[in-house]
Amino acid sequence: MVHKVIVETTINGDPVELLCEPRQSLLEVLRDELDLTGSKEGCLTGDCGACTVIVDGRAVCSCLMLGAEAAGKHITTVEGLANGATLHVLQQKFLEHASLQCGICTPGFLMSAKALLDHNPNPTEGEIRYALAGNLCRCTGYDKIVKAVVDAARHGVGASQHGKVPTESTAEVTRDILEREKR
Amino acid sequence: MAASTNGTEYKIIGTRPIRHDGVDKVTGRAKYGADYTFPGMLFGKVLRSPHAHALIKSINTEKARALPGVKAIVTSADLPKLADKMEAAGEQAINLNHLSMNILARGKVLYDGHAVAAVAATSGHIADEALRLIEVEYEVLPPVMLVDDAMKPGAPILLDSLRNKEDGPDQQTNVAAHMQFKRGDVNEGFKQADYIIEREFKTAMVHQGYIEPHNAVGIYNADGHATIYCSTQGTFVVRSLTAAVLGISEGKIKVVPAEIGGGFGGKTTVYLEPLSVLLSKLTGSPVKLTMTRAEVLRATGPTSGSTIRCKMGATKDGMLVAGQCWLAYEAGAFPGSPVGAGAMTILSPYNIPNILVDAYDVVVNRPKTAAYRAPGASNAAMASETVVDELAEKCGLDPIEFRLKNASHDGTPQTVGPPFKKIGMIETLEAIKNSEHYKSKLTGPNRGRGVASGFWFNVGLQSSATINVHTDGTVSVVIGSVDIGGTRAAQAMIAAEVLGVDINDVRPVVADTDSIGHTDVTGGSRTCFATGWAVYEAAQDIVRQLKERAAKLWEKKPEEVVFANGMLSPASGNGVKPMSLKELAPRLARTGGPIVGRATINARGVGPAFATTLVDLEVDPDTGKVQILRVTVAQDVGKAIHPAYVEGQMQGGTAQGIGWALNEEYFYDDKGILRNTGLLDYRMPTCLDLPAMETIMVEVPTPGHPLGVRGVGEVPIVPPPAAVANAIYRATGVRMLELPMSPPRLLKAMLKKRAASDSQAAAAD
Repeated sequence: MVHKVIVETTINGDPVELLCEPRQSLLEVLRDELDLTGSKEGCLTGDCGACTVIVDGRAVCSCLMLGAEAAGKHITTVEGLANGATLHVLQQKFLEHASLQCGICTPGFLMSAKALLDHNPNPTEGEIRYALAGNLCRCTGYDKIVKAVVDAARHGVGASQHGKVPTESTAEVTRDILEREKR
Repeated sequence: MAASTNGTEYKIIGTRPIRHDGVDKVTGRAKYGADYTFPGMLFGKVLRSPHAHALIKSINTEKARALPGVKAIVTSADLPKLADKMEAAGEQAINLNHLSMNILARGKVLYDGHAVAAVAATSGHIADEALRLIEVEYEVLPPVMLVDDAMKPGAPILLDSLRNKEDGPDQQTNVAAHMQFKRGDVNEGFKQADYIIEREFKTAMVHQGYIEPHNAVGIYNADGHATIYCSTQGTFVVRSLTAAVLGISEGKIKVVPAEIGGGFGGKTTVYLEPLSVLLSKLTGSPVKLTMTRAEVLRATGPTSGSTIRCKMGATKDGMLVAGQCWLAYEAGAFPGSPVGAGAMTILSPYNIPNILVDAYDVVVNRPKTAAYRAPGASNAAMASETVVDELAEKCGLDPIEFRLKNASHDGTPQTVGPPFKKIGMIETLEAIKNSEHYKSKLTGPNRGRGVASGFWFNVGLQSSATINVHTDGTVSVVIGSVDIGGTRAAQAMIAAEVLGVDINDVRPVVADTDSIGHTDVTGGSRTCFATGWAVYEAAQDIVRQLKERAAKLWEKKPEEVVFANGMLSPASGNGVKPMSLKELAPRLARTGGPIVGRATINARGVGPAFATTLVDLEVDPDTGKVQILRVTVAQDVGKAIHPAYVEGQMQGGTAQGIGWALNEEYFYDDKGILRNTGLLDYRMPTCLDLPAMETIMVEVPTPGHPLGVRGVGEVPIVPPPAAVANAIYRATGVRMLELPMSPPRLLKAMLKKRAASDSQAAAAD
């Protein structure tokens, strides 16, 4: 029998003390121990991003982190994204742009997009695609997801800073990214 | 007002309201199958075969049962043996004996990942440990992985009892079926041709790739009733198949639809559901099973890899005169590939007087295939649309002009015989031809532009709908079609349009199998077509009843009441104030009680779908990597109820088609073991791999449907592989005859071409 460990952490702004087995991932702890089932399991290998949460300001696949490692960290999950009954601008834009079909990848995309906009409130389309490349969506072809994040930056998060998201042609975005990859 | 192509003005249809289940899905509150927990719930895991083909000599579960926390273990010995009986399961029919043998192997394992035993324990980790303690003795047999090998005489035989009509009752075989479709005389047709192109294509097995793994929670009660919570495309299919596999009556099972994280056809059958009920019956506790990603790839139903030979002939002036195709599709371990659909779609976009199509359904040591978005049609179109592109070039015609000259239209005979009714193939070609994308110039080295068209039947099938009018004038629309891509919103919009109420006054509800009449799968692009039709009729039923109630209040006959623009009024005005549903709703108690509208349908007159896709891309000459630069898809959508979700279907199908074209493939080693069981190596497109996706919705209404709806979900996946192949040809001069056109394959083809032209140049020197 594996002995459980006590973990003190902060989740969605509230202090949490929890018991978990050392082998349990953060995703498992969130879902099975804390009933925060908004974070989804798609692969358990960090390839799909459906379990993305924000840990101390960084987007992290919660399936690749142990629950025990949450000790002392500040964790935000999709359940903590809205401000009470008011949706976060990203949530609102995802709805307006019909950015979700089945919705299973949506929590992960929202958290990756939030982590991006928190650091870079005025990203280019290329930067948005780069930041979301760790999240797989099989329904939408990404078009409406990217448009929602562009819109959220333009009208919401980034509006106070700069006001406008530069638009580039797809070829420019691609070249931009390929050059970055070469460097 | 949203204008429509059939002259009707709509208030709500054609607009883009926010989906009713949206807030739940952006806040993490929506409950998918894996999110359900119940007090005392156990966790189940499945032991899977490490061999592609082997006899099971023995299974010893003694050590596993002794592990503390293990509550039950089942093998095929715990399932009733079923006869070879076909059961309807949505779009397809399933052999129940084979289904049972797929859920737990009986005597023999037929693919890497084939389920052998299942365990229920107090935690998933303990169940995993128990799997390692189950001892299975195998006698390994040689596997057969490819259709070409499986069809050869002397090939290893998968199913001892499999026979086909042609080889007779004494001949064991891997060929489950041969189908043939014929029109005119192909030999005569080819004699008229000035140009004939014949090519052989190979396409790899690919997976639907939904992000949510399969799941099921089974709860068996002591009174013999069971409830299943699961993410499925069809609750009624889960109910009937689970009942059949377990040998219990359908009425004793209730299936509750959880939200579903993608399906694309892959969630139209059962894998875990019968196991969850069986394990719950043995333990007396709720049992939850969820698959890992590796299990999803190894042991659910991908779609067929294939070998396709396609020969087509055209006259000098670009008229197709003959088409002959030979298709062999991997069924997986049990019969039932979509090769029939492949055969019936391969030549359908064109009006060809002489055709002959042969199709073979072949078992191989791979997982049993399931439906995948326009099943069988993308493989087929890769072949025919590449050959069409070559013929257009031979004739010196623009590829769109060539297609327009030969395009199927109203009255063109289909491969199966009867002529097409109103279809929009020509309209999709015209839309691409007139697009800014097509008129723009593509410049730069190593770049190419390709076009291809595709066809899909769509289906109708059965649906039920109930509409309840509440006392505050809101209504709830109850349906049995699970919502994978925003169909709740579309159903609510249809009801709101008919009833003249605000879209936010309609609540769409997806009900369990006890709470709604039979409804077939969310699949076959049928939900807006058939369930939408049922909702339309149920709303008309409400209107009929509203007229009766208003007539009572006004002391008139129901036929003297008119309902128009959401208002009830007397046919002949006598100073009575017109009334809306909202105004009448509080007065229902006084006029006879609540109003419930109902309708059921077995929808006929399905409108088939066509799409044409245009792709610009750039090939890296050093690595063979393809970057998609621009995509436009034009599709005949009949009538777009919620255009944003119609565009979403077009974009999503195109993205899957591009993944199929460029990267996705099942990679088996020489022992038949799947080597890419994760999403790092089974490489689906990310948002960096794809550009913005342009969509052109062409609306050619389906005759007979009250709103002109045409299924939209499937056809967009059909053209992309061929469109990409044709663009690669323009970029590199290389005709790719194999999918996926991954960097190593494309690089090899480019190097071969360069070597050939180098040696030609050397010879000229």
